[in-house]
This record gives sequence, structure tokens and C-alpha cells, in this order.
Amino acid sequence: MTATMTRSEGRSEKRTGASVSVQGFFTRHSALMPTFAALAILLLLFAGAEAFLRGDFITPRNISALLLDNAYLLILAVGMTFVIVTGGIDLSVGSVMAFTGILGAKLLAEGMPVAIAIPVILAGGAVIGLIIGVLVQYFNVQPFIASLAGLFLARGLAFVVSLSSIKVEEPAILWLQSTRFSVGGWYITPTGIIALLAVAVAAFVMHLTRMGRTVYAIGGSESSARLMGLKVARTKVMVYVISGFCAGLAGLVLTAYSGAGYPRNGIGTELDAIAAVVIGGTLLTGGRGYVIGSMIGVFVYGTIKTIITFMGAEQSWMQIIVGALLLLFIVVQRAIVARSEGRG
Amino acid sequence: MDQAHPLLELTGATVRFGADAALRDVSLRLFPGEVHSLMGENGAGKSTLIKAVTGALRMDEGELRLDGERVEFATPHEAQRAGISTVYQEIELLPNLSVAENIFIGRDVGRSGLVSRGEMVARAREVLGGLGLTDVDPRALLGSHSVAVQQLVAIARAVTADVRVLVLDEPTSSLDVDEVAELFRVIRELQSRGVAILFVSHFIEQVYEICDRITVLRDGVLVGEYLTRELLRIDLVHKMLGHDATAHRERENPSADRPEGEVLLSARGLRVGQSLEAADVDLGKGEVLGVAGLLGSGRTSLARALTGVARADAGIIRIEEHAVDLDSPRRAITLGVVYSSENRLRDGIVAELSVLENITLALQAERGALKPIPMDRRRELAQSWVDALDIRPADLDRPAGLLSGGNQQKVLLARLLALSPRLLVLDEPTRGIDVGAKVEVQNLVGELADNGVSVVFISAELEEVMRVGDRVAVLRDGRIVDTLASGELTADALLALVAQPEDEGE
Amino acid sequence: MNRIYKHRLFWPVLSLLVLIVVNTIARPQFIEITLQDGRLYGALIDILRNSAPLMLVALGMTIVIATRGIDLSVGAVMAVSGAVALTIIDRSGSPGAVGTVFVAVIVAILVSLVLGAWNGFLVSVLKIQPIIATLVLMLAGRGVALLITGGFITTVNSEPFAFIASGYVLLLPVAFFISIAAIAAVALVERRTALGVLTESVGINPEASRLAGVRSRGIIWGAYMVSGTLAGAAGVIYASNIKAADANAAGLFIELYAILAVVLGGTSLAGGKFSIAGTVIGVFIIQTLESTILFLGVPSAQSPVFFAVVVVVVVVAQSQRMRGAIARVGDAFRKQDAPERDDEKVEVAR
Repeated sequence: MTATMTRSEGRSEKRTGASVSVQGFFTRHSALMPTFAALAILLLLFAGAEAFLRGDFITPRNISALLLDNAYLLILAVGMTFVIVTGGIDLSVGSVMAFTGILGAKLLAEGMPVAIAIPVILAGGAVIGLIIGVLVQYFNVQPFIASLAGLFLARGLAFVVSLSSIKVEEPAILWLQSTRFSVGGWYITPTGIIALLAVAVAAFVMHLTRMGRTVYAIGGSESSARLMGLKVARTKVMVYVISGFCAGLAGLVLTAYSGAGYPRNGIGTELDAIAAVVIGGTLLTGGRGYVIGSMIGVFVYGTIKTIITFMGAEQSWMQIIVGALLLLFIVVQRAIVARSEGRG
Repeated sequence: MDQAHPLLELTGATVRFGADAALRDVSLRLFPGEVHSLMGENGAGKSTLIKAVTGALRMDEGELRLDGERVEFATPHEAQRAGISTVYQEIELLPNLSVAENIFIGRDVGRSGLVSRGEMVARAREVLGGLGLTDVDPRALLGSHSVAVQQLVAIARAVTADVRVLVLDEPTSSLDVDEVAELFRVIRELQSRGVAILFVSHFIEQVYEICDRITVLRDGVLVGEYLTRELLRIDLVHKMLGHDATAHRERENPSADRPEGEVLLSARGLRVGQSLEAADVDLGKGEVLGVAGLLGSGRTSLARALTGVARADAGIIRIEEHAVDLDSPRRAITLGVVYSSENRLRDGIVAELSVLENITLALQAERGALKPIPMDRRRELAQSWVDALDIRPADLDRPAGLLSGGNQQKVLLARLLALSPRLLVLDEPTRGIDVGAKVEVQNLVGELADNGVSVVFISAELEEVMRVGDRVAVLRDGRIVDTLASGELTADALLALVAQPEDEGE
Repeated sequence: MNRIYKHRLFWPVLSLLVLIVVNTIARPQFIEITLQDGRLYGALIDILRNSAPLMLVALGMTIVIATRGIDLSVGAVMAVSGAVALTIIDRSGSPGAVGTVFVAVIVAILVSLVLGAWNGFLVSVLKIQPIIATLVLMLAGRGVALLITGGFITTVNSEPFAFIASGYVLLLPVAFFISIAAIAAVALVERRTALGVLTESVGINPEASRLAGVRSRGIIWGAYMVSGTLAGAAGVIYASNIKAADANAAGLFIELYAILAVVLGGTSLAGGKFSIAGTVIGVFIIQTLESTILFLGVPSAQSPVFFAVVVVVVVVAQSQRMRGAIARVGDAFRKQDAPERDDEKVEVAR
């Protein structure tokens, strides 16, 4: 047996030694690969559009508009990333965005100061998220069904607030959209800054706080996370609260963007957000994904939309292309999972 | 060894699930710096005992003392904080996080709420180095490492929490020889630090190599605690299986002297992963082949390979001299080969369907969904099996999940027999069922054989295997070591074959 | 356990009856049915008529859920089906001809069958989670429908086509007969053949079913095809009702209502045992509730709030925690020192 031991040490050293030097980067960053793929798609889209439109596409104006037009979706995708990384899903975000948007417009129209109205709508989104989280965590309701209830609730409440659109005249809100900090041809609006801040804060929370690591842990294996003594229950509720809060923030941004609250806003936007997150490399089964990836996913989405507009094609191609991309990523993910299962 | 006082002492542990006791009045002592093995067959209560010690399960009676002080754990995490860590067979770590995070997540590294990666990686390197695992990259994803390394990482995690008692639940079942040696090196390292290690494994060789003492359980009851060096292997197996050598009874169905009949099935060189190697099986029509072997000997892999449940990696199976490719249970069924799993609840009974539906399920599936068996014919058929096998209660419409274990087994048998099979492979059909039902199942096998059905009968109970089988194939460490006519076998001889250590076998 | 089986439909039926009684007390004309020009009119008849699309979709959803799956794409399939039918009628020389309408309906339903087969392929062959697999079509389907209609709301004036949703036969609406036919067809196929039992078997215990030789791939695939086909038929009824193909509004949220109907009918989302009768009652509960909400003067756009409350109440009532709490209360009433240990044990043991 002593002979066996010596042999084993020699062998395992050789094996792992080789793997560190050759595969080190890949083993350490294999989870990043889908995100790189999304980035590659984004660059290809840029290059393709640039070639097709003979240099009219990659202009400071277009790129700046990409962030401006998709700020609300970016914020939704950030919240959705938290939920999907735990292995859950939040179908309510589009409706919550509509609800908080119209609520904000209504409160402002009735003369509530901005300093109160904004916290109220953010809290409104968070509360709906809290309801979903509690249903998921404490009543064992599937995330899909629980967030469905949230969708119904928020959509109905949006119409309870108002059946038609309400214009926003509050200067502070309009300032969010109309102000343009520009350098050369590039510009950014406060809504864009809010969206980028959301990405930065979320990336920080996901990667450098205990709560963020617990989010990944739950997605990796909820039972293991519990066994390791992580605060699973609290974190699972929290991701839905974060997603709800982000939906509230998106409601604010969208209201500023369109200058009005409208109860029919965001029908189907939850699907766009999910698609963007998945295209950005987050695994729908949980455990893997990056907020930065979701941002790239949103830009892919936005770029496709812009290209379709430029080409004057039907906007319906949008849904089909995004659906096809979603399918592609899902099949690739499935293949990755199948391979790792085969190995384990 | 007994001069010190035990680090962990469990006394009078009783755990009941409903009316059944999974554990009755069991004691366990672990001393600092010892490796202690917990041995027993399926259903002996090993995992229940581990769960009771590690806080995953609450005991109905009994007390646990750690360092002389009485403790009670509501969750595994509480047990961990008290210094009792467990490394499970299914590695309970996070494959999507780095090795370093897997060692430290949930522990306090860095400032409040924040994670300090650099510090974590440095400390992980330290801990891994302390265990001699200098070649594991702490920044790599856990999932990119082999199962063996993952297991060692799990141990590393346990070690960082000032572990005093380390429970290793079947840690070696998916490791190869070299990996086991590496694991043992780490275990010895921990042992020298005074950690008490509870090592659960069904590999007797490994137990003898690494363990100081052995506690044996059988049917939820403590058989005894022994010093490894004073316990012969054969006695250990004897204690695990509970076979009493003097109680050998005459076979009730002395058909061993059947004429050399036609061969139904012959398999050559079957290999299934690492669990079964070069297995040859020959089975005559109307013959019962008993399969004896301990847990992990490859007995279930053999059964699954013969019935298309798991495709064999190598080897050839012939049925009536035609080579067949058994790639699915469905294919096997069409050839008249059926399988009854050792795990009735998971792979057998469809709990919410009625007894009637369960009995007719396979027959209906074989006919196809669009050719329903007429209802009165189904009732008649199910009723005849309920009567023939004496399934109780004789209520065809009761959900099968509500029946007792023995009756569920009979429902499962009825489902398979309704297919009029030529070969029936029964994997531990009598485990966990009461004595009456056991005898009925055994007698049924005899009757089937008399009617020309061939049977492979797998059981951990040697006496049963000899009584039911015309011949007995003995499996050990994934190989069929011998196949003998059961008339020529004595219980002691079979026991010796099942338990035989490797050096004698070669 | 047994008690629940015996009374599977007890709560759904009771809820429906309570709804009807409450409505009748609030407005006696609710149960009035009048005969006029050889047609029956009344709130109850409206419920029978208007529930047809949801009924078809919910029936398909029941089968899919029984296999442990879910079909999110039904609304999008409805939109595609409506778009196909309307476009064929619109482009034909004789939109008013019965033959044209017949061809249009058949083609629309065949297209839906193919879409269902696509979902089934993703789930049963590629083994993609059902929620995710059907999400693809949910997203892309409406785009396809918009492409077919060229981005417009196609409207047609076709007497035979309008007849599907608005016509009357033997005093009753045609749509109601379509519902009945679908219920009968699904019930017959599932219960008179062995398909129902095999489907349940696959949904309850896939591995045991495999060992018993059940062809689970075919069964799961078939379930999505049934769901697609029925959604296609629902799309035709919807389009016939508004005499137009509205790719954005057709079948919007219907997947949610269909899932709700299935759950209300007592079929577990975890798969396995399913009840066609339960789903039928679930659909009527939803339609009656919708009618009640409208009667209360609540704008229909606000009705989702009520359904959200219903979903929450139903899922909470079905949850383990709630059942445990109810059982504990019951035990406490029966005997003083109720033993709770077993429950806790199961929970801790995962």
C-alpha cells in the first residue's frame, strides 16, 4: 500500500500541475465564456451594421442613444440577474415598472413633492418583490407562479391608479431625461447614469459582499448553501426585493424617458429582460452569470432594435431575432450542463 | 485506547419514522485521534445514525455528549459550529464557486459583509498546504476539479472550522485507487492532529487499512464495537449480515438436480464503469441464479446491465444465442427480460397511481398507449395478481404508495409478472419487508422457476440466496469471483467467499 | 391523503357554486336565461360562450402540466393561429365562402400543431426545462404573428368565420359546442385509451415509468402537440370573435389564466394526477369571477388584482406550511399534546 501511495502522489502532482499551467485561465473563468460570446455577438452586430450602413452606424450619437433608450431595460435586467442567479425567475418586473411609473406620475400630478414620491414608488416596487419572495421562500411556491401573482397584482394596480396615461410636468423628473452631459458627440443623461450606477452597485454586491456570494451559492446548490450555514432564506427573499426595487427604479426612469406614466407600459418587457440576461451569459438554471453580462445582453438587444429601425424592417423581427438568440443560448447552455453532468 | 475519555459519545439513540424504528437504542463512541468505521448493510441505520450525530435529524430518544457535555443540534450548521463536520458522498459544496470560496464561504473572512478575495485565497492556500494539497489551485472553480479533489476540498473546509469530529460518509465510493490513497494520507494527517474520524464505507479492505475500531449496525440495532485488529474479516461480514452459521436449513425447493437444460441468457465480459468488471453470467431456462455480494460489490450494476437499465460499457449479452443490444428497459421488456429495482419507492412504485394502475402499467406500456386493455380485463388481471400474491389490503383502487413495503414489492412483482417474462431480475426484493412477505416472495420465485421462468435473485442475506438459488454467483469488488451450485455450498463457505480478503483470492 | 383524493373536486365545485349564488343574490338576473329568436341569452350563456378559448388552452395545459411541464407559449400560438387564418381568408378571392374558411381554420390549426411539436422537441428530446423551452416561442411567436399580418390588425368580413364564435346552433352558442367537443375529445383520448394513466405515470415518477417500459419521450412530446393544437383552435375562436387578427392582444396573459384554471381544478403543478373535470370547473370559476368583477363596475383592466389575490390564496392554501399549520390546529383540537416531531423531522432531513 505504501507503494501505491507514492505512485499516487507523483501522478496527481503531474496531472494537476499540467492543468494549472495550460488550462488555468479557462478553468478559473469558464463561467465567463458565455459572456464573452455575448460580447462577440455585440461586436459582430456593430461591425455588420457599420459595414452595411457604410459607416453610418457607429457614431457617438447612436451609441449614446443606445444607453438612453435602454436604460429602463438595463435596470430591470440588473434586478433579474440576481433572481436568475439564484435559480428563480421574476415575471412581474414589466408590470411592476408600469405600476410604479403610473403611480409616480399620479402622485406628482397630485402635488406630492418629488422627494417623497420617488422613495414611495421605489418602496412600492420593493414591497411587491417582498410579497413574491415570501411566497417563494416561506410558502414554497414556484418562483414562476409567485411572480405571476406579482405580475397580475402590479398590472391590475397600475390600472387602479389610472386607466389612461398621466403626463408628468415635474421639472425634476424631466431633468433626468432632458439633461445631457456631453463630450464631443457623446452624451449621457441622468437616467443613463442611474442605469450604469445600478450596474456598478449590483456588480459590487454580487462579487464582493457576502450576500452576493450567497446568491451564487444558492444557485449552485441550495441545499449545500444551507448546509454551509449561509443565510439562504433571507437572501432568497432579498433577491426578489432587489428585483422589485429595480423594477420601481425602472418605472421612474421610463416615466422620465416618456414624460408620462402609462398603465399599459412594459407588457412583455419581463421577457425582454429575461432574454437579455440569458444572452448575457447567465444560466437560467442558476449559479452562473454576471451583471456585466446582462448589460452586454441589453446592449445586444438594443443594437438589434436599432439596426432593425435603420433598415426600416418590421419591428416584429425584433421578437423573432431575440427569440432565436434566446434559443441559441439556451441550447448552448443545455449542452454545457449536459457535458458537466457527464463529467461529474 | 479506552484510557482516554471519548470525545463524542452517543447513547441510547432511537429514531422512529412513523411506526418503524430506523434506529433502536444505539450507542457510539469516538475517541480523539482515532479513525472509527461504521459498518452495516443497506437499511442497517448507518445514515440515520450519521444524521442523528450531525444534527440533520432529531432523535426520539438518546443523548449525545461532546467532550463530556450534553449537546443537542437542531441543524447540521449548529453541529458544525460545535466542531462536528460531515463530508457527504454527494459532495455538498458549490461547483460554481472557487475552491477558496468553498472553503471559507459562510465563515468570517474579511470585514463585515464584505468578501476579501485576496485574503481568502491566501488562507485557502495555507489550509490546502497544511493538508499536503499544494497542487490545488484555490482560485479555480470547484466544479472543474475531479470528484476526489472536491472531496478533499470538503475536508479542507471542515478542517478550517476547528473540526474535532469529522464524519466521512462513503467518501471513497467514486474514487480510484490512487485517489483513495491520497484521501487516506489526509485522513492520517488529521488523525495525528487529534481529530476523531467516523469513516463510513462499504469497502472492507479500506476499513481494515485505515480504521482503528469498527461499530457494526444491523437492522437499526447495535451489533457491537470492535477493535479492527481483533476482528477477522469473515466475522465482520458475519456480524453485518446477521447470518447464523448453525441455522442452515434445507432448501425447500430441491430442484438443483434439474437436468442440464437450454441456456436462456449468457453474458460475457460485462463492464459497467468502475463498479463491474469482466462479468460472465450463464442462466438456464427455469433456473434461479442467486447473487451474493456486499453493498458495492457490483451486484446492482450487474442487474442493471442485464436488464437494459444501464447499458454495459463493454461485453456481450446473448439471449437464446442471439446477441442483443439492451439499450433501454423497454428493449429488454420486449425480449422478456424484466427488472425489479432495489429502490422500490424511487424506481418502482408510482406512488399516486392505484394498485390496479401500477400492476397493469408495464403491460399497458408494452401494448402502447392507444391500445388500452379493456377495463374489466384490467380489473380481472389485477385482481388475479392481488389474489395470487395475497396483496393486502385487496383494494385495487388504493394508491400504491399507501401500501406497506412488502405489499408494494408484491405490486411491483405483479407488474413484472403480468408481462409473462422469461427472465426476472430481482434486486433485493426482500429488503425491508416483513418476515411473512419475505417467505412468500421466496416461494414465489421457486414457483416461477418451476414454470420455466429464469430468475436472478440478488440479496444481501446469504442464507436466502442459497435457499432460493439453484446456483450462487459471488460478487466481490466488482468481479464475479465464483459461481457454485448451492447444493455444494455451506453458509460458512459462502460467507468466506463474500468476505474473502484480496490476498487470499489471488 | 385518501380523503383528498375522494374530494378532489369538492373545493372547486363549492367555489363555483358560491360564486354563482353570490352573483344571483347580488343581481337576480344573473341566472335568468331568456329565449329570443331561437337563441338563449343570459349571463350564464355568456360565460359558456366566452370561456371557450380559455377552455381549450386550459385543457392542453392540463395535459402538459400532468407530465411535469408547462407551456408558456399558448398565447403566442393563439396569435399565430389567428394571424394565419385571417390572412388566408383576407387574401382569398372569396372570404365569405365556407370552403375558404374551412381551409383557413385547418391550416391555422396545423401550423399550431407544428409549433406544439417544436416545443415538445425542445422539452422531450433536447431535455430543456419546459418553462425555458416554451419561453422561446412565447417571445418569438408574437413576432411571427405580426410578420404574417404585416404588422397590422387584419380584419375580415366573413360570415362563416364569424359564425365560429358568434353563431348559434340548437339554441346555444357554437363556441360552447366547440368547448364541449374539445372536453369530450380530450377526456375520451386520455381516459378511454391508456394515455391518461401513462401520462400521469411519467409525471409522478419518470424513472419508475422508464423501468416499466413507458415511452415517456413520445408521451411528453404528444402533450405539447395537444397543447399547441388546442391553443391554435382557441386562436381561431378569438379571431372569429373580434373578426380580426390582433397579434399583440390575442391570447395575452392566457397562459397565466390557463395555469390558474388548472391549479384551481385541483391538478398539482408538480405533475402527475390530473383532472379534466377540475380544469373545466376551474375555467368556469375564472370566467364567472371575471363576470362578477365586471358587474361590480370594476374596469376589466383592473381585474388582474382580483386574480392575483386568488392565485395567492390558492397557492398558500396548497403549501406545505399552511397544511402543516392546519393539521397542527386540528391535532391540537383532537388531543392536548399534539406530536409535532414528525413534521419537523422531515423538514430538517430535507
